[in-house]
Amino acid sequence: MWCGIDIGASTAKVVLIDDEIVSKIVVPSGFDTVKTAEEVFEKGVQKAGIARDDVEYTVATGYGRAVVPMASKSITEITCHAKGAFYLDDTVRTVIDIGGQDSKGISLDDTGRVQDFVMNDKCAAGTGRFLEVMAKALEVELEELGGLSLKSEEKVSISSTCTVFAESEVISYKNQGKKKEDIIAGVHEAIASRIYAMVNQIPVQEKIMVTGGVALNQGVVKALETKMQKETIVAEDPQIVGALGAALLARESI
Amino acid sequence: MKKLHTYQDLKKLIGSHYMQAKTAQFFNQKVAWVSSGAPVELLRPFDVITVYPENHTSICGAAKVGPEYCEKAEAEGYSRDLCSYFRCDRGSTLLGTSPIGGLPDPDFLYGCNNICGTILKWYEIASRHFDVPFLFVDTPFVHTEVHKHAAEYVIEQLEGFIPVLESLTEREFDEEKFVKGLYLSKECVELWKDVLLFGAHKPSPLTCFDAFTQMAAIVSLRGTEEAVNHYKALKNELHERVQKGISAVDDEKIRLLWDNIPVWYAMRSLSEIFEEYNACLVADTYTNAWASANIDTGNPMESLARNYLEIYLNISMDLMLERIVNLVKVFDVDGMVMHSNRSCKPYSLGQYDLARNVKEETGIPVLIIEADMVDSRSYAEAQTKTRIEAFLESLGG
Repeated sequence: MWCGIDIGASTAKVVLIDDEIVSKIVVPSGFDTVKTAEEVFEKGVQKAGIARDDVEYTVATGYGRAVVPMASKSITEITCHAKGAFYLDDTVRTVIDIGGQDSKGISLDDTGRVQDFVMNDKCAAGTGRFLEVMAKALEVELEELGGLSLKSEEKVSISSTCTVFAESEVISYKNQGKKKEDIIAGVHEAIASRIYAMVNQIPVQEKIMVTGGVALNQGVVKALETKMQKETIVAEDPQIVGALGAALLARESI
Repeated sequence: MKKLHTYQDLKKLIGSHYMQAKTAQFFNQKVAWVSSGAPVELLRPFDVITVYPENHTSICGAAKVGPEYCEKAEAEGYSRDLCSYFRCDRGSTLLGTSPIGGLPDPDFLYGCNNICGTILKWYEIASRHFDVPFLFVDTPFVHTEVHKHAAEYVIEQLEGFIPVLESLTEREFDEEKFVKGLYLSKECVELWKDVLLFGAHKPSPLTCFDAFTQMAAIVSLRGTEEAVNHYKALKNELHERVQKGISAVDDEKIRLLWDNIPVWYAMRSLSEIFEEYNACLVADTYTNAWASANIDTGNPMESLARNYLEIYLNISMDLMLERIVNLVKVFDVDGMVMHSNRSCKPYSLGQYDLARNVKEETGIPVLIIEADMVDSRSYAEAQTKTRIEAFLESLGG
């Protein structure tokens, strides 16, 4: 069996595969990366009903990739997301991954190889963190944002891309008595605009697949699809695509 | 990265140069602060000791004191959006120190706007601070070619400085000495070009990280015998490496071109990332900016004017593209890494278009990383590492 571990800024993921996916686990990333890796690996192995030694090869990815003790190799999130997305749907030519700390666009050729990629700069705009800050300011759970935004009738416009300035805009709308749903829809549009501008630095071809934790938010995905004006799908279980790619690369490494 | 033996010689050379600058007054010599793109050859016949704030701030950057010095300048009211070489220099002046004990106070300043407009304001501020004269060379931007009127305009300025320099240094202008200096400058530039061309060997005996360190002499000591001797020794060492089959990076698999000023505080960590993937940065646009000079010693002033008009940051994007495409071919690289440098606007503006054009014209992929040459507050190490590694993975590393 082969294993992929993705230690992200917000969550840690593990995927175990043989001919297909055998187990997948998502846990929050703790302070201690090594401990988080141990925990998520152990859970993955347990869920698969195998012993640790049954894992032939492990590839680590994500921010914590360099310190995963059980990994034989580390590969970047870009290569792993491309691999995972192409495995799930080989008609995908563009991957948009929106994680907790960064977002990226990856363009693939028709064999699934990375042709070009782009990442957000040293800034939280266009990432999961942006949504976390806004959810807190609006006193809603992160998971509720997507559903609420779909009820918006008159979305507000957030002009700042900077997270700090955007938050003060949100607070100002709150004080003006705007509806939560409308503010959230504005927030989603802001994040979609930011990602649109970034991703268009690389060739964007259909089909687009959105991966990463933020892909669970239908509001962001809808805003993004409107902006991109291209067929956009969400990966089944978008959080584990990087770990899946890592597991696939582990299988290839043997 | 395998260190070149000549590195120790360079350290001594630059060390003694700064020492000489600090003791100039005892030898009745004047100290000038000079911008990297100024026609320094004009100062050589006057025995002026030239120090380069840009070289000094790159030392500060490598010693990782950039943020501390920049913050000092920011506390004075200078915006964080200004060039970090300027902020770092200003901070060092205000703090009265640096990793090499600060620059010696200048007797006068000599700057040229062929590298950027910041030089003008930077040196004006220094001129007020030290209460010394500022000799400023204005070089019109070159869109397609150096026009006659532009060359004449620069010649007139340079000639006008001669009586000023005579009075500042209490020495008479010696034409013969001037031409001798030009010969030395020309020889130095040619040697530097030869040194950099070793990067075209497969595998390359040097990386751009070596060039970034070794460039100190071509910047600070151009037109002197010491610099010529140093590059002769360096050339010998590289020749020896090639003969013995010693490569800068073990088992070189990927050859890359670097664009923009180095990230001085991250030289080691960056070089390690590339090395891990058997990737060698075999050339760069930055150090190559000092590797072309068509000095006609029979027509000194005009060739000086033309050379300094045509330097890399004073030419249009079309001309820049031509030079990059040429480097891609000469050094036969597999990809290019561009440093989008928050500080250096003339270097970084247009990089996204240049990247696209380079891809179109040569077919090589281009990676853009975001950082700053001295101010590490504008640098995200983990993010940059991920970008570079993903790029190298896509190149098959």
